[in-house]
Amino acid sequence: MRSPFRPDDVPDPAILDNHRPLIKSFERRGLIRRGLSLGALVMLTGCDVKRPEAVESALLAISRFNDEVQALLFDPNKLAPTYPASMILKPPKFNAYYDVMDVKPVNGATWRLELSGLIADRRPWTIQDLQALPQRTIVIKHICVEGWSYIGGWTGVPLRTFLQHVGADLRAKYVAFKTADDYPSSIDMASALHPQTLLATEYAGETLADPFGYPMRLRTAVKLGYKNPKWVTAIEVTNKYPGGYWESRGFSWFAGL
Amino acid sequence: MSAAVTARGGRTGRRLHPLPVRIMHWINAVAMLIMITSGWGIYDDDVIIRGFHFAKFLRLGDWAAWSLNWHFAGMWLLAINGLIYLGYGVVTGRLRERLLPIRVSELLHTVRETLHFRLEHADITTYNAVQKLLYIIVILAGISQVVTGLAIWKPVQFSGLVSLLGGFQSARVLHFIGMAVIFGFLVLHVVLALLVPRTIWAMLAGGPVLAQPGSRAKAPGP
Repeated sequence: MRSPFRPDDVPDPAILDNHRPLIKSFERRGLIRRGLSLGALVMLTGCDVKRPEAVESALLAISRFNDEVQALLFDPNKLAPTYPASMILKPPKFNAYYDVMDVKPVNGATWRLELSGLIADRRPWTIQDLQALPQRTIVIKHICVEGWSYIGGWTGVPLRTFLQHVGADLRAKYVAFKTADDYPSSIDMASALHPQTLLATEYAGETLADPFGYPMRLRTAVKLGYKNPKWVTAIEVTNKYPGGYWESRGFSWFAGL
Repeated sequence: MSAAVTARGGRTGRRLHPLPVRIMHWINAVAMLIMITSGWGIYDDDVIIRGFHFAKFLRLGDWAAWSLNWHFAGMWLLAINGLIYLGYGVVTGRLRERLLPIRVSELLHTVRETLHFRLEHADITTYNAVQKLLYIIVILAGISQVVTGLAIWKPVQFSGLVSLLGGFQSARVLHFIGMAVIFGFLVLHVVLALLVPRTIWAMLAGGPVLAQPGSRAKAPGP
């Protein structure tokens, strides 16, 4: 039977004759040798064959492009859906890059919030100072990049109110956070100024519990869970890309919902 | 002169799969494989069906961050190629011509014939009713994947869409079901193509020249 893969038109045999010297120059042994040394090289560098560097940097470039697309899709006036207080999950779900048993509680009495960067008044803040500012309560969905979600109720000063109060440059690009658990994070200014972005100090009407960021954590309805650093100790307003813990490991920086 | 060539039914005649369709088909094949296998990597991070994981060798991306990066890169390929395909299919009338109409009686006939292993495939230029239905289902599933995908990518920006789909978690499950439908199609599609390899060659080279309205099909090529 005639092979179904054979073309209707066979190439001119003259092509083969004209290129005979080139074909002769192919060395099968050479190919095998080079193939072997490529394999050895992969082992030497400990490079992951499934994720070669060129592929990795191409994927990261697309991810950065997607960050820009996400910023375009972000509507600063669009509010996330809110829910009745009866739907709040108590206690909230714990998640970090370590186990809940390894949480190191922060002393609220000695805790200070340090400010730096493009901020006029960079005096440190106590928890009482923060709670003296106008507070807001939101009951919103927490969505993790892994796929799970839950409804939580958070109270605190809107980051917008705080940034205005300390005279931050609201035209700057980034608001960056440092935390007691060494989990740097940063968000874009538009998301920082969103009305559902809080410096949260309470959960479900009670003081934040230790595993969830006492005394203060960021809670924003417009970002994935990993953009909500707990135990925040410092805020910086900057135009220099600050990155973050998961972002430096390959996750998208914008991570907007 | 060109009229003479056409009259002979030569290379200028309309092929079963015009070049744009072949290019888009194979781009789509790559895009679908990227989306499905990277999706499995994302799924494994927080499974929907308890105890059900996809094995590591099936997943694209060595952990969730890279599966996500593959997924959000592949989405452009799938969506842009898909949009051009649908636009092309509507403008040229190809979609209507090849996939419609589907008659229930034909559908039942094809199912009966299939169960008796008497399926006719001598002529690959026309699709039977079951083929038409499957192609329509997979196109709709592809569109649905883009919609449910947008909902779980941007559940706040598209919160109206999310509530239409029954909430974030149900949008996620729908996205998973869409994958299962497309994967099921893919398995069937590949098995059937391997059983009738002429169809694979047709998707590479263009296939037989289509019969002009009112004339009989001509043999492919000289």
